[in-house]
Amino acid sequence: MSPGREGSWTFVVPAVVTWFLLDAIVFVQAKNFEDVRCKCICPPYRNFTGHIYNRNVSQKDCNCLHVVEPMPVPGHDVEAYCLLCECKYEERSSNTIKVTIIIYLSVVGALLLYMLFLLLVDPLIRKHDAYTQPLHNEEDSEVQEMRPPVDSAQAKGNTVLERVEGAQQRWKKQVQEQRKTVFDRHKMLS
Amino acid sequence: MHCCPLTGRSHCGGAGAGGGAGAGAGGGAGVSSATPTDEMNGAGNLMDFLDEPFPDVGTYEDFHTIDWLREKSRDTDRHRKITSKSKESFWELIKSLLDAWSGWVVMLLIGLLSGTLAGVIDLAVDWMTDLKEGVCLTAFWYSHEQCCWTSNETTFDDRDKCPQWQKWAELMTGHAEGAGAYVLNYFLYVLWALLFSFLAVSLVRVFAPYACGSGIPEIKTILSGFIIRGYLGKWTLLIKTVTLVLAVSSGLSLGKEGPLVHVACCCGNLFCSLFSKYSKNEGKRREVLSAAAAAGVSVAFGAPIGGVLFSLEEVSYYFPLKTLWRSFFAALVAAFTLRAINPFGNSRLVLFYVEYHTPWYMAELVPFILLGVFGGLWGTLFIKANIAWCRRRKTTQLGKYPVLEVIAVTGITALLAFPNPYTRRSTSELISELFNDCGALESSQLCDYINNPNMSRPVDDIPDRPAGPGVYNALWQLALALVFKIVITIFTFGMKIPSGLFIPSMAVGAIAGRIVGIAVEQMAYHHHDWIIFKNWCRPGADCVTPGLYAMVGAAACLGGVTRMTVSLVVIMFELTGGLEYIVPLMAAAVTSKWVADAFGKEGIYESHIQLNGYPYLDVRDEFTHRTLATDVMRPRRNDPPLAVLTQDSTTVEDVETLIKDTDYNGFPVVVSRESERLIGFVQRRDLTLAIKTARQKQDGVVSSSVVYFTEDAPQLPASNPQPLKLRRILNLSPFTVTDHTPMETVVDIFRKLGLRQCLVTRSGRLLGIITKKDVLRHMAQMMNQDPESIMFN
Repeated sequence: MSPGREGSWTFVVPAVVTWFLLDAIVFVQAKNFEDVRCKCICPPYRNFTGHIYNRNVSQKDCNCLHVVEPMPVPGHDVEAYCLLCECKYEERSSNTIKVTIIIYLSVVGALLLYMLFLLLVDPLIRKHDAYTQPLHNEEDSEVQEMRPPVDSAQAKGNTVLERVEGAQQRWKKQVQEQRKTVFDRHKMLS
Repeated sequence: MHCCPLTGRSHCGGAGAGGGAGAGAGGGAGVSSATPTDEMNGAGNLMDFLDEPFPDVGTYEDFHTIDWLREKSRDTDRHRKITSKSKESFWELIKSLLDAWSGWVVMLLIGLLSGTLAGVIDLAVDWMTDLKEGVCLTAFWYSHEQCCWTSNETTFDDRDKCPQWQKWAELMTGHAEGAGAYVLNYFLYVLWALLFSFLAVSLVRVFAPYACGSGIPEIKTILSGFIIRGYLGKWTLLIKTVTLVLAVSSGLSLGKEGPLVHVACCCGNLFCSLFSKYSKNEGKRREVLSAAAAAGVSVAFGAPIGGVLFSLEEVSYYFPLKTLWRSFFAALVAAFTLRAINPFGNSRLVLFYVEYHTPWYMAELVPFILLGVFGGLWGTLFIKANIAWCRRRKTTQLGKYPVLEVIAVTGITALLAFPNPYTRRSTSELISELFNDCGALESSQLCDYINNPNMSRPVDDIPDRPAGPGVYNALWQLALALVFKIVITIFTFGMKIPSGLFIPSMAVGAIAGRIVGIAVEQMAYHHHDWIIFKNWCRPGADCVTPGLYAMVGAAACLGGVTRMTVSLVVIMFELTGGLEYIVPLMAAAVTSKWVADAFGKEGIYESHIQLNGYPYLDVRDEFTHRTLATDVMRPRRNDPPLAVLTQDSTTVEDVETLIKDTDYNGFPVVVSRESERLIGFVQRRDLTLAIKTARQKQDGVVSSSVVYFTEDAPQLPASNPQPLKLRRILNLSPFTVTDHTPMETVVDIFRKLGLRQCLVTRSGRLLGIITKKDVLRHMAQMMNQDPESIMFN
């Protein structure tokens, strides 16, 4: 599609790739000892109060007889007591949770920093080169407007920095356009 | 090399007209002077610059509609080219195989990415929702449940308390109980909610304004062939994913389902750009997006089949069988990926998965149908009130303060939600609790029944019991929660943050259903000698399942709002995994649709499409007015004549003036102004680009050069400027109807073939043009709506 969005590629793709990689590591690692549990909930029975038992056993051992320890009832009542208990085997991946939350927080943090940069620092820097403004206005002619990025000279900047700069400018213009459509003219999404 | 839009263009015209005539749709289907074969020969003779396709021909501008016919035949053409090439060499054969497989590869990638994103969203929402209440001391990234996951300190009476998880007040002051702690917790809950929603709305505002809202109305419009640039872009994807988590965890009355469809479609668009087959053809791209929508619902509800049906019933416009299979695959991969992440730790794809095995009885259909009526009424109320409020936002001062609005609504929601335990927690958890059946081990207040002390039955066979004080307590809290949800959802949906309405609608229905369920249950228990209960409710039997009523209510309310039927029932059925509940769900869904349709034909998405004036030609509407093509076509009686080009007498300068002075998107080409016999149609964008490229690259083309649309330009004396041949961008078989074609037929042609414009002729003479915009305006006029509200460039 339009190369104007190329800039964000650099954002999304690494994030996803990192996520996949980290997750792959997580899956390769042996299951964390706290990642499986067998939880038995036993309701009150006769004069014994209800109790929750939580143990780390394999799925086939996940039943009342293996998990409820010490058995509160005398031997002949075990069967009746165990009939009331409900045992559930559950698995989770604590590393996935950890990695996901940390990546999520860092993405939000990065976005916030960038937002602050755009709102506070950027206008100060931009003040100096106000002469770039009229350049954009020229692009109002029809053909240019259709595909401003491709043939305008600035897109073919020599250094990487210039190219990034150009991409950022184009992206900013697009967002501004979207903002006008949604927030000012209320043409869409109202 | 993959795509040669120009050649595609010329044949595709032929294919299009053939199709139209075959279908017998048009009264006077286009008669083009050149057949496809001799066009191919003609193409070989052309020796000018147009042999090399220049970029961007055949693309569309922002806020324009695509021409489905043209896209389709361009793809056929591309395909034909690849097939013929594949016989030439082994490498070409491999290339053609790769091309054939690319559709499935895209589906695989979409499934993987949307499943992953859904998992991330689920995990992050889980954590952030709980962050409003407290924090896990051992590992801050755990939510409340995960924090106490391995704890051995939980007791039977206080099941979700463990020392690792501390509420904010406990952490700050050391006291877990008391008025001071309550106030502090209350205050921090509101504060976190405000912070989350503020972050969400500012991120949306700064980075991607298109990320707000549910996205389904816009996706419907896009799939019907409208171009909204950037709506499915990468920034929208990123920001929508990030802010969706913030918005949902702020406790606002909104859900993640609709936005997840948008997120999945963004993934689809992202991967389309990897393959020229999809990135260069808007029609093919829409096939991928249809399938992506299915993947979105698949992960939102953990219902792969429901997702496919949702895409088919609700969002898609053009849904061939091939797309059905691909959606199926994408939904499968997405569900599988989400299952691998296992975000809820219960090996299920949704939080509110339930499993009952209790039967239902014929007499229960009456309350189910009543719930259906309630769902229909709620749908009507919600649509009317929400549209009225959104219209206010669109037209008055209110729309000028989107950030303030979000903050205010969040503040009110959080202030009112905290005191009530049923609104304080996340809506998904609420639904999950309402759906659940009361076993012997349930600790929730809703399951506070009076137990028979000497009962010792196995856990899953509990007879009906009298309600305890906890249930009565829960009932009035639920009633308050119901009123609160109904009111606040109306104001929440449509704010400038990602917001879906599946979950709030389901919550409304589930609350109502559960209340009805408990009422029926208690009635059956206390009056089991009544005739209706006599047959199926003996004392000591388990005959009424309140959780099932909650589920039926949820289905009814969702159906009332969205007017889904088949996909809704399938989604609910996949949530429960119980085939025996299909009939109650169907009864409720159909009743709610009837009731809601009685008050207004449109569902919430169509209403929003209409409110925003998107050019969406609904396949479901019926057009019954007796008007003719000649009443709708432009120019009207007193208008200036149609702007046309002639095949061999217009100069480049004339064309440029015409382009400058008008804003039409295309121009018919006629033999001469006197005879006005139609030979073709040329798109404005292609014309502009062709002239611009010719002026740059072709020597001798000046303002006074004559533009030729004929097959061969006549040999001119050397003194004349070089002619410009533009036959390659001319569509030789534009769709035509006669002036006496009824509009009913014309509307049908536009809908079924996805035309962008249609020319009106009488015995070969060009009379006028009908565009999609004219059709939409005419339909709006016929339905007494403001025709000027329809958005179009």
